[in-house]
Parts: sequence; structure tokens; C-alpha cells
Amino acid sequence: MNSVITNQPFVMSDPAKPVTESVPVHPTAPAPSPSPAAATPVPQQEIAFDIQDLSIFYGSHQAVKNVTMHIPSGSVTSIIGPSGCGKSTALRALNRMHELTPGARHTGKILMKGQDLYGPGVDATVVRRRVGMVFQKSNPFPTLTIAENVLVGLRLNGVRDKTFLNKRLEESLRMAALWDEVKDHLNRPGTGLSGGQQQRLCIARALAVRPEILLMDEPCSALDPIATAKVEELIHALKSQYTVVIVTHNMQQAARVSEKTAFFYMGKLIEYGPTEQIFMNPKDPQTEAYVSGRFG
Amino acid sequence: MSVLAVVCALLVVLPLILVLFYLLKMGVSSLNWNFFTKLPEPAGVDGGGMANAIVGTLELMGLALVMGVPIGLLGGIYLSEYGSEKTNTWIRFGADVLNGVPSIVWGLIGFTLVVAPMGGYSAFAGGLVLACIMVPLVLRTTEEVLVLVPTSYREAGMALGIPRWKITFNIVLRTAAKGIVTGVLLALGRIAGETAPLLFTALGTTLWNTSLKDPIAALPLQIYNYAISPYPDQNRQAWAGALVLILMVFLLSASVRIVSSRRKK
Repeated sequence: MNSVITNQPFVMSDPAKPVTESVPVHPTAPAPSPSPAAATPVPQQEIAFDIQDLSIFYGSHQAVKNVTMHIPSGSVTSIIGPSGCGKSTALRALNRMHELTPGARHTGKILMKGQDLYGPGVDATVVRRRVGMVFQKSNPFPTLTIAENVLVGLRLNGVRDKTFLNKRLEESLRMAALWDEVKDHLNRPGTGLSGGQQQRLCIARALAVRPEILLMDEPCSALDPIATAKVEELIHALKSQYTVVIVTHNMQQAARVSEKTAFFYMGKLIEYGPTEQIFMNPKDPQTEAYVSGRFG
Repeated sequence: MSVLAVVCALLVVLPLILVLFYLLKMGVSSLNWNFFTKLPEPAGVDGGGMANAIVGTLELMGLALVMGVPIGLLGGIYLSEYGSEKTNTWIRFGADVLNGVPSIVWGLIGFTLVVAPMGGYSAFAGGLVLACIMVPLVLRTTEEVLVLVPTSYREAGMALGIPRWKITFNIVLRTAAKGIVTGVLLALGRIAGETAPLLFTALGTTLWNTSLKDPIAALPLQIYNYAISPYPDQNRQAWAGALVLILMVFLLSASVRIVSSRRKK
């Protein structure tokens, strides 16, 4: 399209390249095909996150205990479990957000599309451009308008091209199923929207920088059922283009939106498998007790 | 008991009413066009004005703003966004001690460290000393309002892959802007009436100031000099100067209220 956009490192990054490098790719370019080096049998489903023996500590408290799991790309994976089971912490480790908590440290490894997220020379800021996040409480920036909120991630990373920004604004709001509701007042403050709209605005904001993976930390817990249904529809729609990892308290939600489900309890990964199996035919008695509502 | 509280509340306002009433009574008669436009006349000659002192006070406040606010602001940002608990404790303690330094001491320090080495009283020295008084005030208010900005905004920014410093300046600072402006205006109001530090640094003059290296007039200094003068006309002008000074501080406070009560669009 033009050079202003294409030299931005976050427009779309090639998964085959290291996270530390800026990879200029045409924003509308087709998804990169597997590198020729891996010409041998292409795996049915690529792995987005390969988590190996991950433990996370806050000071002396261990929040996540020796978790090993593979999160497939191009699908929705949900993490369920009672409060304080470490599910949010595990999620935040996937884009290095847990590092912002003072005293946090981890052992083990997380490979994102083969690249060590915590490897030497890997910049957390670049990781977070590739792995976006939506939070429990909607948090649009109060001093910014709806349009500014969506575009802030691009603007503060140096994108100035007006036509590109306008295009991205509409695309992102459409993807977040918010365009029709806000297109006539893009210059009103983002905080003037309803709770559900604010959360979709935050999703649009996260999508505007075109991450490869979207993490959602209980995105519906503060929303009413109608707004929740809208966000869930949205997650369904995003699946075709994004890998989504969602932490939720709501088991019906996990059953509705995800292909795979992981059950966490007391910091441990108890059971992980196809969503149907976790809910209909769990192998572990603790999972069964939780999904049938006997505790949690 | 509630009657006592009402009486005490009135007692708080009483001095203000007395001050305003007395200043109006004594000063308003000398307030005229000449007062705002003319230089002071030599002692014994009636008439003249305080134009140079009014401009001088504004100039000193401007100098203090330019020198003091960036330091206080960046320091406050450090405390709120970057500092560790241990260093913060020391910096806060230092700022609080500085805040308690009597203004006459600031004057002496300014004289020893700036006026003496530079070889003379100067507007620069006056502005610098006022800036020193402003720094801890701006530092603490900046920190206080930045801490009030919810962490979730910083997290949202981090999750977008925005570099930390850009989040601080473009999001956190913008969110807290109203509180910071309020803090700066209050600090300006505080230094507007400082006299003792200026006695030893800016000195005062009956002429226009044309260089930062020369002495500069200021309302508090002029009031001080005229109030102790034996000439009745100068005494009257001192009252008028006091009235103008108080109105300036009043305007600052009023703009604080306007800034802090202005609602979001």
C-alpha cells in the first residue's frame, strides 16, 4: 500500500521470523505459508503456544505449578477453574504481562510459534504487539475519543498515514461488531459508551494493531447477558482469523465458544482436551466435580 | 456542639474578610491608571506607579514556572511510574523537608550560591529560588494525581505494545492533566507572595528590568519598601500593591477552581 505503513513492525509479523525483528509485510497480504524448511508433513494444526513446565511465582507464592500444554492456533481455547487457580496468571504469562507485577518470576518455557517468548533479546513490547489482550474490566482511555481509542496502538507506534488509519479504524470496529453503533459519533469520548460497547471498543483497540493471537481475561464478567452474547458471537467470528485464548469463570461460556478447554485448579493444569470431552466426559474426578458444579 | 463548629468555621473566614475589607479600604483610593502603567517616582514625589513590580512579579513567576515545573513534574513521574519503594521513600522525605525550609533560608542560600558567585543580584537568581520552592510542591502533587490513574490504563497500553514512556506521556499524564495543572497553579499562588527569598536575590529596583542578570522589581518587595517608608503617598501605594497582589493570587485560585471543576465534554 505504501511505505509508511509497511515499515511498521506490528502491522503483521511473519511467525517464521524471530520476535525481535521488525517484519514488514503488506497489511492485506495472505497469511504466510509454512517456511520451506518445514516442508516435511505440515501439521494439521499449527501450535500457537507450546508451554513447557511453566511455573509462576509472586514473591514466595507459587501461582502456576508446572504447567505443560499446547495451544493450537486458529481456534478458541478456554481456561476454566475456580478463583485463584492461576488461570489469569497463566494467561498473562502468554504476552509477558505478568512481568509488570513486582516480584513476579517464572521457570519453564513458552514457545510462541516456535520462538522462545522469554529468550535473550526478546523485547516484551514486541511480544505484546503480536499477542493482544482484552481485560476483565473494560478500560477505554478516558481522555480519548472512540476513534482515538481504537487507533492509539498504531498512532503511538508511529503510524501517521490518515487513509490507512481510517481504513483500519473501520475494519477494527467492524470486526468488533461495533461499527454500526458508533460510526456516527466517532469523536465522542470512549467512556460515554455502555459497558458492553466499551468492552467491544477495547476489543477493537486490541485488534487494530493486528495481533496474531488475542488473549481475553474474563471479558464478559462485568457484562449483562445481551452484551455477553454479542461478545461471544464476536469471539466466534474472530476464530477464522485469530487464535483466541479466553479465561472464563462461566462454564457455559467455555462450552459455547471454545474448541479446547483447560481446567486449572490450585495452580495446576488438571485436565486439558477437546471442550466436549472436558464437559461431557472428563477423565479427572476433580474436573468432573467442577464442571458438574460441585465446587468452585 | 454544632453551634461551636459553625462559629469556628466563621472564624476561619473572618481573617480573609478583614484582610479584603481593609485592603480595599486602604488601597483602592490609590488604584488608578498610573499605578498600573507608571514607574515608581523618587521618594518624596507623589504619584508614579508599580508597573515594573507587577510585570516583575509575573516575570519571576514565569521564570520559576519554566525552571521548576519540569523538574517537579519529571520527579513526580519518576516517583509514581518508575521508582522503587525504597528510593521513593527517600525522595518523598527529601521533598517534604524541602517543603518545610523557611523562605528566608531559601533567600540566604540563593544569595550564597547564586548571587555571590554571579557577582550581583539578578532576576535569574530570584526566579531560581522561587523555582526551588515550587519543585517539592509540584513533585508531590504530580505524584499524588498520577497514582490515582488506574493501573488498568497502563496495562491496556502495555498490552497494545506501546513503549512504557509513551504510555506515561500520552496516556497517564493526559488522564491526570487536570490535577497536575491544579497543582502547578496552587504552587504559583504560593510563590507569588514570597518576599524573603527575593530580598536576597532579586533585590528590587525602581526601573524596568531588561536583563536576567539585573535586579528586578516585584510586588512583595515594593510593598515591603513602601510600607516602611516615611512618605504617606508611598504607604498608600503599598496598600494598593497589596490589593493587586491578593487579587492576582485570587485569580490563580479561581482558575484552579475552573480547571478542576470543568467537566469532560
